[in-house]
Amino acid sequence: MIKLSAVYALSGLVFAAFAVLSAMDANNRKRFGNAAFWGLVAVSYLAGDRLGDLGNGVLVLGLAAVAGFGLLGRGQPATTSPEERKALAERFGEKLFIPALTLPVVVAFGVLVLKPLEFGGAHLLDPKQATPLSLALAAVIAVGVALILLRQPLISPLQEGRRLMDTVGWAALLPQMLAALGAIFALAGVGQVIGDLVTTWIPMDARLTAVAVYCLGMAGFTIIMGNAFAAFPVMTAGIGLPILIHKFGGDPAVVASIGMLSGFCGTLMTPLAANFNLVPAALLELPDRYAVIKKQIPTALPLLIVNVVLMYVLAFR
Amino acid sequence: MLTLLGVATVVVGFAVRLNPLLVVTIAAFVTGLAAGLTPVEVLEAFGKAFNENRFVTAAYLVLPVIGVVERAGLQERARSLIGRFKGVSVGPFLIGYLAFRQLTSALGLTSIAGHAQSVRPMVAPMAEGAVEARTGELSDQTCQDTRAMASATDNIGLFFGEDIFIAIGSILLMVGFLATSGIAIEPLHLSMWAIPTALAAFVLHAGRLLLFDRKLRRSAGA
Repeated sequence: MIKLSAVYALSGLVFAAFAVLSAMDANNRKRFGNAAFWGLVAVSYLAGDRLGDLGNGVLVLGLAAVAGFGLLGRGQPATTSPEERKALAERFGEKLFIPALTLPVVVAFGVLVLKPLEFGGAHLLDPKQATPLSLALAAVIAVGVALILLRQPLISPLQEGRRLMDTVGWAALLPQMLAALGAIFALAGVGQVIGDLVTTWIPMDARLTAVAVYCLGMAGFTIIMGNAFAAFPVMTAGIGLPILIHKFGGDPAVVASIGMLSGFCGTLMTPLAANFNLVPAALLELPDRYAVIKKQIPTALPLLIVNVVLMYVLAFR
Repeated sequence: MLTLLGVATVVVGFAVRLNPLLVVTIAAFVTGLAAGLTPVEVLEAFGKAFNENRFVTAAYLVLPVIGVVERAGLQERARSLIGRFKGVSVGPFLIGYLAFRQLTSALGLTSIAGHAQSVRPMVAPMAEGAVEARTGELSDQTCQDTRAMASATDNIGLFFGEDIFIAIGSILLMVGFLATSGIAIEPLHLSMWAIPTALAAFVLHAGRLLLFDRKLRRSAGA
């Protein structure tokens, strides 16, 4: 069975290559900062399970220090100029889309065909990890397709990958760091404290108030924690179950489902959901870190109100 | 109550735009110490959780191929391709992408698109190309607005499509949580009740995309 460890080994090698190429990049004044940063990520992937908890903790401190003290620069690998790209775009035409579209095709193939595949009772892919495994497989195949079809230099996937990785910069590690912070929050019982605050101080005698507090609470809590999954157990244990379901007799499926989607409205509005909100701003080279969030708020807020109304109408039929 | 200091650290740190990796690390220590852990215990718990969440960062494995096709001119091609379809304006184009993202996510295919693999190399340049074809050269602000809108559309399509798929993480979490509370529920019921919100999200965001389109055209005409 192919497991997630294969993806980690591949990631480790790719980040190690980014680190080495960064160190050799004389055009980047902060090249050793970049080399250290991507090198630490490589170590995490290649040796994370052998470092021990404290070792991993020190590694994270290293990452935060390199980023926090502004030691990360932006690599300048040799690439094609805008004029060359226009000319190449003319020459290759629609062929250019093929490698990029190989990604979704292979991912879909992995999830729909390879995932259920078994040989003598053993799965080919670890079924719990089918999506990341398919994505890694797709990434490898698509690189091959691109190199053959577009005849680019063999080193170009690593150099161009490093160029994009440096564009994202420290933001690339933020989602993983926030996930780790979530674990500390859980350990310290932060969710419970906030849940208790909400349920103690807000009267929920009327059904509509209770629905509104639950939905807005899911969104607000998600904004603070960066993740609707962290908000759901707390808010549902505090309000959803005892009040909406048990006291007012709401349909559990409706309450839970629309409650979670109210949390998703919160996800659209928080910088703590970094992989959805901050990483894209870096990837698209937007000078305002919060540009994507600002575009999402005008959809998220009305949708949150719609959720309150939907739950009120649908849960108590 | 003291444990909330960590939350406050995050809020203040992000608001004054300190480096977020530093903010998160400090918040972890503030929270852990307030909860009575020793600094070493916090560092161990933080390191352990970081290591367990490595799959999050593995998604960047798509960057090499995206870089190669960009090197060979994909963004430029995507931009000019849309210009040849004179009838396609940015609003309807992004509405089409929204529908595509919602429908495929509802089938469980959440990873076939995303910011790195589709928005940066194709969707954003096409959206920019669609605006350009109507209004001529783009200002920096218009460029940034269009790109940010493309990313926002990807997120909204994903979030309000994936919960219709019965085997997605959030559905499994809800089933598990309700089961421990003594309520047995079919995943299918949860996903069914995600449909009304999905439709509302589509209508709301599609409306905003049309307004966005109209605003760009007005400001170009003025």
